[in-house]
Amino acid sequence: MTPGAQTRGRPATAAPAAIELRGISKAFGPVQANRDIDLRVEKGTIHGIIGENGAGKSTLMSILYGFYKPDAGEILVGGRPLTIADSQTAIRAGIGMVFQHFKLVQNFTVLENIILGAEDGRLLRPSLSKARGVLGQLARDYELNVDPDETVEDLSVGHQQRVEILKALYRQADILILDEPTGVLTPAEADHLFRILEGLRAEGKTIILITHKLREIMEITDTVSVMRRGEMVASVSTAETSPEQLAELMVGRKVLLNVQKAPARPGRPILEVRGLRMVDGDGVERLRGIDLDIRAGEILGIAGVSGNGQTQLLEILGGYPEKGSAISGAIRMNGAPVPVAGAACNAAERRRQGIGHIPEDRQVEGLIMDFAAWENVAFGYHDAPEYGRGLLMDRDAIRRDAEAKIKRFDVRPPTCDLAARNFSGGNQQKIVVAREIERNPDLLLIGQPTRGVDIGAIEFIHRRIVELRDAGKAILLVSVELDEILSLSDRIAVMFDGRIMGERLPGDATTGDLGLLMAGVDAAANPPTQGLFRESR
Amino acid sequence: MDLNTILQILDSAVRLMTPLLLACLAGLYSERAGVFDIGLEGKMLMAAFSAATVAALTGNVWLGLVAGLLGSLMLSAVHGLASITFRGNQLISGVAINFLASGLTVLLGQKIFGLGGRTPSLTPGAELDTQTAPFRGWLSGITGPDTAGWLAAAPRLTDITLPLAETLRPVPVVGPLYADVISGHSILVYVAFAMVPLTWWILYRTRFGLRLRAVGENPASVDTAGVSVTRLRFAAVAIAGLLCGLAGAYLATGLSAGFVKEMTAGRGFIALAALIFAKWRPWGALGATFLFGLLEAVANRYPNLDLGIVTVPSMFMSALPYILTVIILAGFVGRAIPPRAGGEPYVKER
Repeated sequence: MTPGAQTRGRPATAAPAAIELRGISKAFGPVQANRDIDLRVEKGTIHGIIGENGAGKSTLMSILYGFYKPDAGEILVGGRPLTIADSQTAIRAGIGMVFQHFKLVQNFTVLENIILGAEDGRLLRPSLSKARGVLGQLARDYELNVDPDETVEDLSVGHQQRVEILKALYRQADILILDEPTGVLTPAEADHLFRILEGLRAEGKTIILITHKLREIMEITDTVSVMRRGEMVASVSTAETSPEQLAELMVGRKVLLNVQKAPARPGRPILEVRGLRMVDGDGVERLRGIDLDIRAGEILGIAGVSGNGQTQLLEILGGYPEKGSAISGAIRMNGAPVPVAGAACNAAERRRQGIGHIPEDRQVEGLIMDFAAWENVAFGYHDAPEYGRGLLMDRDAIRRDAEAKIKRFDVRPPTCDLAARNFSGGNQQKIVVAREIERNPDLLLIGQPTRGVDIGAIEFIHRRIVELRDAGKAILLVSVELDEILSLSDRIAVMFDGRIMGERLPGDATTGDLGLLMAGVDAAANPPTQGLFRESR
Repeated sequence: MDLNTILQILDSAVRLMTPLLLACLAGLYSERAGVFDIGLEGKMLMAAFSAATVAALTGNVWLGLVAGLLGSLMLSAVHGLASITFRGNQLISGVAINFLASGLTVLLGQKIFGLGGRTPSLTPGAELDTQTAPFRGWLSGITGPDTAGWLAAAPRLTDITLPLAETLRPVPVVGPLYADVISGHSILVYVAFAMVPLTWWILYRTRFGLRLRAVGENPASVDTAGVSVTRLRFAAVAIAGLLCGLAGAYLATGLSAGFVKEMTAGRGFIALAALIFAKWRPWGALGATFLFGLLEAVANRYPNLDLGIVTVPSMFMSALPYILTVIILAGFVGRAIPPRAGGEPYVKER
């Protein structure tokens, strides 16, 4: 417990809390996921739960939803003790859950998804027509418009999330738990979600919001609880706290939220991309003429909702475009042409040209999860002269090298022999970052450097990226986290539907402006309506 | 080719497609619930054996049918236990079931009848009478010497003549079609055909069907809705067992008169191919299995198909259904999207 942070405000009237947890503990084998958790959420409030990955937030909520049975402790819903043995009990008690990964049947209609498990009888027809009516009412009440006959896989992610919320409301949930709801949304969609949540709160619903984004906590919650390593370290009123204080509570030490960096001093051009087009194997045009320049000593950030061609751009630059795709256009690296097709277009050749790559998905592209850390540090550079003696690899040399790099990048635990799988997300990412940055590439491609990485490791990785820039290297940063783009980039390009929608300087850009570009609207041509987006800076 | 020949081929196709259709629907229930079932073959074989054995020992095909269902259900239980309860690999469990059935039927058959793994012929006569004598003696000890009544049922499924079959026969085309193709099959043929609309109705119009389809696409959606994934999947696997039981019983007591070893002859796998061809839909299953039944019927009718210039050899004709299976499984016939959670045991996410 952090002294002074414990200000569990219990009102004098002592109305029963919507949810009260007393001494909840849960262990998975030797891992204590939750230890002696107390939590009180008042009716009609939005309560945030914040913590790093693995702090036990999701486990706690899964206990509340009947997915796991706690080893010890007591749950009170509306003041009455309740044993939540399964999800059915939780649903009957008025608890609804919107999972981070939606639990929808992709090829069912919205209506079918809504009634699944909450049918009124053996036959579907009456349930379907009842749900249609209820859905129309909910749409009017809470701006939750979704076409009930649309198939879920044809809906945007934001609409799929609405279906999840509607599912909970259809089951007459009074307490709504949302697990990392904005991770997949554009800023505009996130804004809409927050309006919906505010509407629900106005109707007296209780909302528990699990997130690792401090900005969301500050923006929408009434009270906030902080978890760290399975323990509840503080519950405070949002108005009485600050992002800095919450970050410190989460990590357990002081954290610099903003990246400290000097102004960029761009030098000679390193990477030039002209008219890059790509049609994938299914005949879909993924890139529709990309022009990019990156100079030495600058970071170009590419913002955009995922799935707008960023992945394809990184794959082509990294030398492994999707099989069966047709690519045209010109890429020059340090003035020399870079092949976009044929046998010379491969990742090893790219590395020889001085292009390093931290791929978007570290578990699939960045690491071999079952191989040891030292082997993973060598991958991609295993042909390097210092690693080999003829046909054989010099195991000792590789290990020495890997050990040094792992130490410099503060990978924990600092054991070379551990399989990549056994490191936490942040430390896995550090292994990949160490491998690429230590090779001192002229151009570093970075995809989602901090996805699923906790706040302490984010700070570290960001610092190393800025250091590489200051050493006069060029960096292409692709991220769906707008905050990350804004704080790291020297220039920001926004991608939408395979095109660069526009370029902004981070000093001039607002999230509203960038959000419009990310949605395919050029704000310079159509000025945004006042108040449509929250300005974050 | 005259009308009569066509009618005969169609009649034969209907008989031959029946076990395929039942097995195909069995696979449909199981796979729509997310449990791959390559053990259809083994379950059919087991059902054929138990049905023929009990029918041979009692002289009563209905007791045989019940035994067939139980034999198949037993293997379904094994599959369910291995792949749902213990989250084993569904394909390996299916392969094991096929091997188990293949070995067990012959072993038990030899032990019981001593005929090299086959059961006695189920045609009434001396051979069968010797077999059924002990049972009839035992039964008459309980119910008295008069054991007529239901025990007098035939040892094989009898063909049913539908009403008005003979009256309508003179009507051109439709009459003979009704009298020769539609009428005159055993009860299981009609059950199989009735299962098609029934299955469609269950899948798309009932709560059970909705949940069944959901559990094959995304079991987590069912679980979070507070419905048991395990119970749904066991129900689906049990239905598959019953349908395979009907298929096997029909093979041994309807289509032929008794069990011979490996008598399913790959029909379980052909049913699987038909299931893919049908894109996991009931009406599609009807069409796909009819195609296979027709091919087999044509091959039986014309062992050496004379096309004028060349004569297609009989080996090729009888291999046709299997060739078609390979073509379908290789994915030449459109794109079939299997249920998304198929083959994966459900484990709750952390």
